[in-house]
Amino acid sequence: MKSFPITVESVRKAYGSYLALDDVSLEIEAGEFLTLLGPSGSGKTTLLMAVAGFVLLDNGKILLGGRDITRLPPNKRELGIVFQNYALFPHMNVLANVEYPLALRKIPRVDARRRALDALARVKLEGFAQRDIAALSGGQRQRVALARAIVFKPRVMLMDEPLSALDKNLREAMQYEIRRLHDDLGITTIYVTHDQREALTMSDRIAVMNSGRIEQIDTPERVYHRPLTRFVAEFMGEANIVPPGSVRRIDGVDALRETLMIRAESFHLDPAFAGPDGVALEGVLRAKSFRGENWLLTLELDTRQEVLISVPATLAAGCADLAPGQRVAAFAPAAKVHAIAGAKV
Amino acid sequence: MDPALAADARRERRFFLSLSLPALVIVGSAAILPILWIVRQSFLTTAGEYSVGNYEKVLSSGLTWSALLTTLELSIGTLAVCMLLGLPLALALASARPRVANLLMAFIMLPLWTSILVRTYGWLVLLRRDGLVNAVLTGSGLTTEPLPLVYNFTGTLIGMVHYMLPLFVLPVYAAMRDIDPNLTRAAASMGAGLGLAIRTVILPLSAGGIVSGSMIVFIYTLGFFITPAVLGGGKVNPISIRIERTLSTFQDWGAASVLGLLLLVLLALVGVTFWAARLLLTQNKLGVAHA
Amino acid sequence: MLDAYPENRLALALLWAFSALVLAFLILPTIVVVPLSFSASDLLEFPPRAYSLRWYENFFGSATWMAALRTSITLGTLTALIAVPSALLACISMNRLGGKTAVTLQGILLTPSVTPGILLAIGLFIVLAVQHLVGTLFGVLVGHVVLAIPVACIVLLPALARFDWNQVQAARSLGASWARAIGGIIVPQLRISLLSAILMAFLTSLDESVISIFVASGQNSTLPKLMFLSLRDQIDPTIAAISTLWTAIVVIVVLFVTLRQKS
Repeated sequence: MKSFPITVESVRKAYGSYLALDDVSLEIEAGEFLTLLGPSGSGKTTLLMAVAGFVLLDNGKILLGGRDITRLPPNKRELGIVFQNYALFPHMNVLANVEYPLALRKIPRVDARRRALDALARVKLEGFAQRDIAALSGGQRQRVALARAIVFKPRVMLMDEPLSALDKNLREAMQYEIRRLHDDLGITTIYVTHDQREALTMSDRIAVMNSGRIEQIDTPERVYHRPLTRFVAEFMGEANIVPPGSVRRIDGVDALRETLMIRAESFHLDPAFAGPDGVALEGVLRAKSFRGENWLLTLELDTRQEVLISVPATLAAGCADLAPGQRVAAFAPAAKVHAIAGAKV
Repeated sequence: MDPALAADARRERRFFLSLSLPALVIVGSAAILPILWIVRQSFLTTAGEYSVGNYEKVLSSGLTWSALLTTLELSIGTLAVCMLLGLPLALALASARPRVANLLMAFIMLPLWTSILVRTYGWLVLLRRDGLVNAVLTGSGLTTEPLPLVYNFTGTLIGMVHYMLPLFVLPVYAAMRDIDPNLTRAAASMGAGLGLAIRTVILPLSAGGIVSGSMIVFIYTLGFFITPAVLGGGKVNPISIRIERTLSTFQDWGAASVLGLLLLVLLALVGVTFWAARLLLTQNKLGVAHA
Repeated sequence: MLDAYPENRLALALLWAFSALVLAFLILPTIVVVPLSFSASDLLEFPPRAYSLRWYENFFGSATWMAALRTSITLGTLTALIAVPSALLACISMNRLGGKTAVTLQGILLTPSVTPGILLAIGLFIVLAVQHLVGTLFGVLVGHVVLAIPVACIVLLPALARFDWNQVQAARSLGASWARAIGGIIVPQLRISLLSAILMAFLTSLDESVISIFVASGQNSTLPKLMFLSLRDQIDPTIAAISTLWTAIVVIVVLFVTLRQKS
């Protein structure tokens, strides 16, 4: 399949006084898997639906393969969309659902049948062609929705929280399958989710959205370890935002003057793991809990701020003996300490 | 805002609006236009000149005022009997098990869907001098003479109550069914007897349904034509009958239009009254919430 | 709801006894005509002394009654065919526009259902008289369609509210035009509600008497108009036969609708 780049240029959409998209710009490369990640109300679905053509914009442009599609109606855009609730047609069987876009394109019956069966095979639904939609499980419906979206060789795939209705195990299996489908077809994909783990697992790049803006767009590793804003840091996982003056370098005496982001799992209780250029902090142990694969410790710094520390069970021989009220020092390697510019604590 | 995109947004809105067009044209030309035409006609004399003559003629006629009185008597009487019969029925249905209630609903749906002429005919058969009801009454010795039950106000009222009762019961039943059964249990646990629980919990909470049902009764009965025409036997003459007579016997479009507008004014008054009642009801609810 | 008062057995028994009487009152006039329709006598005796089908023969054998029946069925069919599609489109429009616009549209389209029939009838009569259309089938049809549109809207609006609009968007994204999305996705999925709307629009027209009385003429009298006229003049047992047939149809329709709600 040929892949197309997408460009979103200064897109704006307001609903009354509520700004759903606030001057959003975005470049998606041909063949890229890009995830729009954010809490509900952050504008990620609005942006996806604007690309799809269901949300009419107030301002801005959307280009597909260099061509302006901003004013093109949805039925002329040639995009494969997987909706959150799948939006399969309950009055048609599986095959009829998948053949529907082909019938609209007046593709000869025999040809359409073959292509629909191919698409069903690709999503591992051979033998399901004549089933009723009502007779399918959630995971099977998900696959039909995927088959229907790819069968007409769309220029781009758009997916709106496609896995949110599935249970956890199935979700993880489908994450892998969707990514594999993307790699096989090489089709440019925009994927919307509020689940940061899903975004980290699946994406080439992640655009983290908050109140109608993109806060950061980067590779999963950089979004996780090098967040540009406090919002991104906290949204991506257990992040400790440490105020200036609470942390010093292991080989120095002066406290650091920046606001730092240190993930809970970056800490060690043994300075040897952090290296000489690592950082150290100290606090009173307020709570500890055993989680199986790790221990979670809550330290209260002298500034009364709490820091969460996660120690892998394999490295936590001493943790069982620690008692609340005790002073504990924790260390993190320099590479895992990240200064957040301009962040307020 | 980008003017081209704004134009697209307007176009989409116009497209959706245009879907309403066929229905709007039909309703506009066959319901709203005729009503406006009545207003115009009411100022036209038979010679085709504009005047308030029709109003003078109609409003100074004693027949008009007695028709107005009859209309109000019929409407208020129907509402009163509907409440008397309908509130206990709705309460019983709402407290019945769902299966039973659904089965009994058939008794309400059947007349609702039956032609008014079929029902009127049935009452005629039942209520005549030698009809079934009088046969039972005299046969059982309750009365010696057959009672005059039809071709009078009583017969008209019976027919109208029968027509309106299902329409009154449905919203009341819906409101009562939506009351959380734990509320009456709670009232009982705090010592409220059955009567008190009905008065202080069930009736206030179904007031919305009762107001809706009452409004429906008024909307229908103010202009009721078939029942008084058949069961009234020429002795019961509400405005609707006067309109028909003015139109078909006297060919007086102007006077008929004035009478029609009188009906519309009455309807508007009822509408305002119920709107106010509903407003009071919601304010009262808020007041309770604050207390 | 009253299960909190098991000890008030007498009061509850009275409530049920009273309710049973009210329910009997509701179906009595519909039931009573059935035996009368099979009576062999001209008199309305109850119970009839001898049975026959003469009143049914009278009905089906009368050119006047048959013409009225044909007129009514034609009118009902045309009413349903015009009212339901226009109501469906209007409901889609209200469903999509939402807000004040939808409320306004709904207010306008439901006006006929809160206007007294007599008012619509004389208004329509005068307008049609000015156009010299009184007595035509067209005049009655317009009146019936106007009454059937709100009925159809009341059935279709909640059905559309339950309908998942994503399906239309999915169809659109797969390449369907608006017409194909409405015809191929919305219509088949609302088929049961549409069937109900068609039935109810048909019944609305079949049952309508006031507009017919004012607007229909001799040659195209509807069944209700003819029934009204003969009720006013004398009590003809033929009407008992018509009433029985009518009730049978209604029972079938009510059964259909209630069974549909259960499934």
